[in-house]
Formats: sequence, C-alpha cells, structure tokens
Amino acid sequence: MCLGIPGQITAITDETRLMAMADVSGVRREVSLAPVADRPLAELVGQWALIHVGFAMAIIDEDEAARTLEALRDLGEAQETLEAMAEGQKALEGTQ
Amino acid sequence: MKHVTEFRDPALAKGLLADIARRCEQIGATREKPVHIMEICGGHTHAIFRFGLDKLVHEGIEFIHGPGCPVCVLPMSRVDECIEIAERPGVIFTTFGDAMRVPGTRGSLMQAKARGADIRMVYSPLDALEIARRNPDCEVVFFGLGFETTTPSTAFAIQAAACEGLINFSVFCNHITVPEPIRALLGDPHMKLDGFIGPGHVSMVIGTHPYDFIADEFGKPIVVAGFEPIDLLQSVAMVLRQVAEGRAEVENQYARVVPEHGNPASLAAIADVYERRPSFEWRGLGEIDSSGLRIRPAYAAFDAEAKFCVGYGAEGPRHVPEPEGCACGTVMTGRIKPTACPQYGLGCTPETPLGALMVSSEGACAAYWQYGGARGAAA
Repeated sequence: MCLGIPGQITAITDETRLMAMADVSGVRREVSLAPVADRPLAELVGQWALIHVGFAMAIIDEDEAARTLEALRDLGEAQETLEAMAEGQKALEGTQ
Repeated sequence: MKHVTEFRDPALAKGLLADIARRCEQIGATREKPVHIMEICGGHTHAIFRFGLDKLVHEGIEFIHGPGCPVCVLPMSRVDECIEIAERPGVIFTTFGDAMRVPGTRGSLMQAKARGADIRMVYSPLDALEIARRNPDCEVVFFGLGFETTTPSTAFAIQAAACEGLINFSVFCNHITVPEPIRALLGDPHMKLDGFIGPGHVSMVIGTHPYDFIADEFGKPIVVAGFEPIDLLQSVAMVLRQVAEGRAEVENQYARVVPEHGNPASLAAIADVYERRPSFEWRGLGEIDSSGLRIRPAYAAFDAEAKFCVGYGAEGPRHVPEPEGCACGTVMTGRIKPTACPQYGLGCTPETPLGALMVSSEGACAAYWQYGGARGAAA
C-alpha cells in the first residue's frame, strides 16, 4: 500500500486548493499537487507524477513512468490501485 | 516466478546476478553461512517473491523480510478501536481497503461493516474529506495508517479541513516511521543482519539522511532501492560491494526518484500537523520508542483519539495478546520463515488469516503462500 503509481497530469482543476486532474492508466482521477507545488502549477500540466493515495508525490520522466507502471502491473499493484480508486468513488456516493 | 529471460533487460540482469555471485564467493558467503540482507519495505518483499529473486541470486544471499508493511504491524487493539469508533451512531468510518481484513479480537472491519457499521473503503484521505463535506450531520473519521510515504496525505487533509473549518472530519492517527524499528532490530542481539535494502517511496518523502545511523552507529550498509527487479538486483550488488570492501554507507540506487533531502513540502506538512509519541506499539515487535506520530494539540479538533477517547487518547493503550499459536512476531523479526509457523496453511490462510502477515500482499506469509504454494512446496 506504500507504492505510488505513475499518472499524467492533464489539467489544473482548482488553483487555490492545488488540485488537478490526472490520467492513471486511462482512469481520470482528481489529485492534489500539494507535494510538488513548489513551481507554477501550469508547468505541471502534461508531466508525469508518482501518485500515492491521491497526492502527486514526485515528478518523474515519461520513461521512468512507463517502467514503473510495467513493474506495478507485474506485481498486480496497478490493478489494485485502480480498483481502490473505483471503490473511493463508490464510497463518496455511499453505494459500497 | 519470472525467468531472467523475461526481464526487461535480460543481459543486464544476468550481469548483475554474475556480479552478485562473484561478490558472494569473494566474501565467502554460502548457503550455510549466508549474508543476511533485510528488505525493509513490504513492496520489496512482494517484488522479491513475484520475480523469484530469492531463487535467482547466489545461495549465499538470505533475504530477511522486514517490518515495512503497515497493515502487518498493526496491533489487534487498534483494529478493535477502529471498530469501536465505527459502531458509534452518526459515524462514517473511512479507511484504505488494505486494513479491512486485518483481524482484531472482535473480527475485522469487513465483519463490522457486515454487521451494519458505516465503514467505507476510500482510495485517498481526500475522499474522506469529500464525504465529510457531503455529510455535515455525520462525524467522518479517517483511519490514518502507513509509513512516511502516506503520512503527508493525512497531514495535508487535516490542514485542508482546518482551513475550511470542516469540524466533522477527524483522523485516527496510527502513522509510524521506518528508522525507529530498524534501530530496535539492530539493537536486538538475536538479529543477524549484514545490510539493508532501503524503502524507495518512503525515502522519496524523507530523503536518505534518516538512515545515516545505520551506517554510522551500527556499521551496516544500506542501499535505497527502486521497485523494478533490476533495481533490486543492483541494490543487492551494491550492498555486497560495501560488505566486500568493508564499507558501511547510505547509498541511493533510486536517485531518479529519491532526492537526498526528500520532499520539502511533504516534510513541512508532517512537521506542522504531527509530533512524535514517546512510544508506539507494533504487532509482533512490542512498544518501540519514538516510532509513532500523533496529532499536535493545535489540530486537536481533528484528532479522533481526543474526540472519541480511544487508543492512546484513552486512559492508556490496551494491549491485546496475539492469537494462540500466531508466530507473526518471530517471522517479522526474521527469526523463522513463514513455513516454520505452526499455523501456516493450517489455522492461517489468506482466506481466513490468523495473523496480519497473511492478510496483505506485502506480508511475508501471504507472499510465501501466493508464490511458494502450500506448506512443503514453499520450503
């Protein structure tokens, strides 16, 4: 549960609260940029980040993202994270 | 288990395995007298089994599986307290899914949910915050669990709740830290440890300096590693090189993700919201000095321990003994292999776990079971 998963930041959704939309293996999920907000947020759009429990913890390059995703898929961790994201959505709606 | 030909770069993997074998012979490491390398992180334990690295490397290497799976070191009493909070009227209890099946004395959170408690699995503490916004008449509690990788997420969530005045949100803080149990293990005269593979994503937050004591005070090498099989092989080779050359240093194999000084914004949020507890209980390891965090008084309004008078916020923490026959503690300190536990595969399986090491894919027992098969086949 301590592993981050690579995702690509696609848009800033809330500048004040440092929130952004990220694409994680085809799943769209709102994430916090708080750990990496030491630069103008607009610069982060299009970049890859290691995302852990909804927070972009580190900016990584595309090659690193691809290799990490491959390792996480091998471990079954990528699928587990995507399922956890889907569960999180259901929890919001109270439909779990 | 994968074969080396399936690795992304088989030639590199073969070269590293040859380097590891050469170093083992150089320092005289054999099956009978192996070099003991502890991988601290549960993610690394999982990767070692998944890729069969324990079988691919020279027989002079013995991996000792460390205490780095937060679900596995959670005492039963904390699970009981989660259920106690969750069963109060008007409470929505939110948690990472990993914690749902950990057994307490009154069963698991999964079983409490089946009995009717409003327990919700979330992906992020941000989900718990959103549930609190949408349910102003309910108390929304988030089970703050995990090492330094995860701690910033709840710190940021508490800061956000304070900023918004979201007073129906609180965190049941059970965050723990990596360096302190390693210090405790190194101080244990029964432990045989020659070097460490350091956790990659924890170090992305805290940097590499919190491990300096391992080299400086205890004279042991540690190499912070990534999660690809090649990363792990390279890190084992780096540990061996230090052993062979008589060096003890903190090295960073994962510098492409881990900065020497960690992530400043995350460290600042942790320091703002949390302070160290004098000691904290670990399943199988007992109380360890300064190994847990609690919420600072300035954020007491968001502290479930204070709000509900549970855990270390109650009269005193309740210690609950491990279930009869459960050897999680001895497995976790590397004294026995999972298959040597009398309950392994009998009273304890992934479907009906007796101890926490069988619950999570990062637990040594579950990893043995998943990749080694049942008793006997795994030996």
